[in-house]
Amino acid sequence: MPAQALPRDPARRPAAGVRARRRFRLGSLLLPAYTHLVMLWLFAPIIVMVLYGFNNTHGRLNIVWSGFTLRWYANPFSIPTMTSALVVSLITATLGMVISTVLGTMIALAGHRYHYRGRTILDAVMVLNIAASEVVIGSAMLTLFISASMPLGLPTIVLAQVMFSIPFVAITVRARLAGFDPSLEEAAQDLGASPLWTFLLVTLPVIFPGVLAAALLAFALCMDDYVITSFVSGNTLTFPLWVYGATRYGVPPQVNVVGTFIFVGGGLVAVTGALVRSWRSRRLAKEAAL
Amino acid sequence: MGRPALRLRWGRALAPYLLVLPGGAWLLLLFVLPIVTLAITSLQSGDFITGFVFSWNFANYPLGLQIYSEQYVHALEYGGSATIVALVVAYPAAYWIAFHAGPRKSAYLLAVLLPFFVSFVIRTLAWETLLSDNGPLLAPLKAIHLLPEDVRVLATPVAVTGGLAYTFFPYMLLPIYASLEKVDRRLVEAAGDLYANRYQVFRRVILPLSIPGVFAGVLLTGIPAVADYVNQDILGGVGTTMVGRVIEQQFEVNTNYPLAASLAFILMLGLLAMLLVYQRLFGTEEIMGG
Repeated sequence: MPAQALPRDPARRPAAGVRARRRFRLGSLLLPAYTHLVMLWLFAPIIVMVLYGFNNTHGRLNIVWSGFTLRWYANPFSIPTMTSALVVSLITATLGMVISTVLGTMIALAGHRYHYRGRTILDAVMVLNIAASEVVIGSAMLTLFISASMPLGLPTIVLAQVMFSIPFVAITVRARLAGFDPSLEEAAQDLGASPLWTFLLVTLPVIFPGVLAAALLAFALCMDDYVITSFVSGNTLTFPLWVYGATRYGVPPQVNVVGTFIFVGGGLVAVTGALVRSWRSRRLAKEAAL
Repeated sequence: MGRPALRLRWGRALAPYLLVLPGGAWLLLLFVLPIVTLAITSLQSGDFITGFVFSWNFANYPLGLQIYSEQYVHALEYGGSATIVALVVAYPAAYWIAFHAGPRKSAYLLAVLLPFFVSFVIRTLAWETLLSDNGPLLAPLKAIHLLPEDVRVLATPVAVTGGLAYTFFPYMLLPIYASLEKVDRRLVEAAGDLYANRYQVFRRVILPLSIPGVFAGVLLTGIPAVADYVNQDILGGVGTTMVGRVIEQQFEVNTNYPLAASLAFILMLGLLAMLLVYQRLFGTEEIMGG
C-alpha cells in the first residue's frame, strides 16, 4: 500500500514544488507555534491548581483570586478527613502497584517465552479491559460484590485497582521484552543456571526498566482512579473521592497544595527517568563509537 | 531450546500456565465474571426492600432506553464531538513532534504526559475555576467589553465537550504520534523526488500511513469520553446529563440495580456495536491507499 500511495504523476512542473516549499516555510513557523499553544492548553489547569494553592481565600470557594499567601503550605494536612483519604489512596495504590506489577509481569513473561493455549483469549480479555468504559466495569463489579454479599471497602478497592492495572503492566513489560534476545537466557541455562537464577541474573536486569515503568504507571492509575473506585468503595474514601465529595461545599486550597506535591513528585520521577535514559543511551552510543 | 532433561519437561509444559494463572484468574474473577453478573442483574425484577429475583425480565431494556434516551444521545453527542475536537487538536501537534521536534521529541512527549500526573478530578476542578463566569478567562474579556456580561461557558455543552477532549487527550495524541514516528522517512523523500509537493506528500504518503494511529486514538478517546460523567457533573449543567451519570445515580442513590445494570449493558453493547461498525468502515488500511 505505501507503493500505491505514491503519486503516479512525475510530469509535475518543478515550479509548483518550489512554491510549495516557500509556503511550507511559513508553515514551519505556524506548526511549532501551534504545538506550543497545545502545550499551554494542556498545562492550563495545572497552572491554575498551583496558583490557587497560594490564594489567600477566606470563603468556602477558591475561585476568585484574593492575594498571595503561604498559609495553605504551612499546614497542608490540617484537614483530618482529607489526610486519611490520602493515606487510604497511598495504601491502595501501593498494594495495587505491587500485586499488579508481579502478576502482569508474569503474564508478559509467559507470552514471551512460551506458547500456551488460551493466549489469544487472555489477550482479548486484556484489550477489552482497557477498551471497556469505566462506568460499565465499575457497575459490573458492584453487581458481583452485591450478589456475593461482599462488604465494600479497602479490600474491594484493591481487588478492583489490581484488576484494571494488570493489562497495562502486561503490555508495558511485553513491549520491553520484545527487544530481548532469548538466546541470553539459553546461554545462562547452558552454563548451569537454574530457571530461578536465570530469571534473577539475566532476565530481570534486562527487563527492569520496563517493570519499573509499568509499576509507576500502575501506581499512577490506582492513585488517580475515580469512577471504578467510587463504585466499589462503600464508605471508604480515597483522595479523588474525597475531593469529588468536597465539590458539594467548596474545595479547600489544601487540595491544590497536595495536588501540587503529587505533580512535583510525579514530575521529578518522570524527568529523572527520562534523563537517566538519555544519558545511558548517549553513553552506549559513545561506547559503540570507540 | 535448552537441554531436554526429562525432569524439566513437565515443568516446561506447566510453566506458562503457572505464570499466567494468578493474573488470568484475577481478570476472570473480577472482569469476566462481573460482566456476567451484570447481565444477570439486568434481567432481574423486584425492588431493593423486598429483594431482586432473576426472572428473564427483558423489560428493563426498553424501559431504560425509553426513560433515558436523551441522556444516551447527550453521551454520544458530547463524547463524539470531544473525540473529533481531540483528533483535530492532536494531529498537527503529533505531526510536528514526530517530524520536526528533532532531538527534543521525548521532552515534548513527556510534557504532553506531565499534566496527567495530577488527579483528573483536580484537573477538572481547575477547568471549572478557569471557565467560571467571573473566572480568570472570562472576567477580563467581560471587563473590556469584548464579551457581553451574560455569556457563560460553564454549565453548557461546550464546557462538557472541552473537558472531555482535554481529559482523554493523551489517548489521542500518543497513538497518532507512534504511527507518524514509524513512517519510513525514505518514503517521504521518494515522494519528494517524484515531484510531489508538500501537500501531496502529506495527503498520499503520511496521512494514509498514520491511519492506524488515528484509528487507535479515536477508539481510546471515544469509548471513555462517551461513558464519562465526571466532566459533565463538574463542568456541565442540569440539561447536559450523560448516561454514565444516570447509571451511577441508579446504583448509588435509587438502588434500582436491575434498571441500572440494563442501562450499563445497553451502553456497553452500544459501544461494542459502534466499535464493530467503525472497524468495518475504517479499520482496513487499503481504503486510504488508492
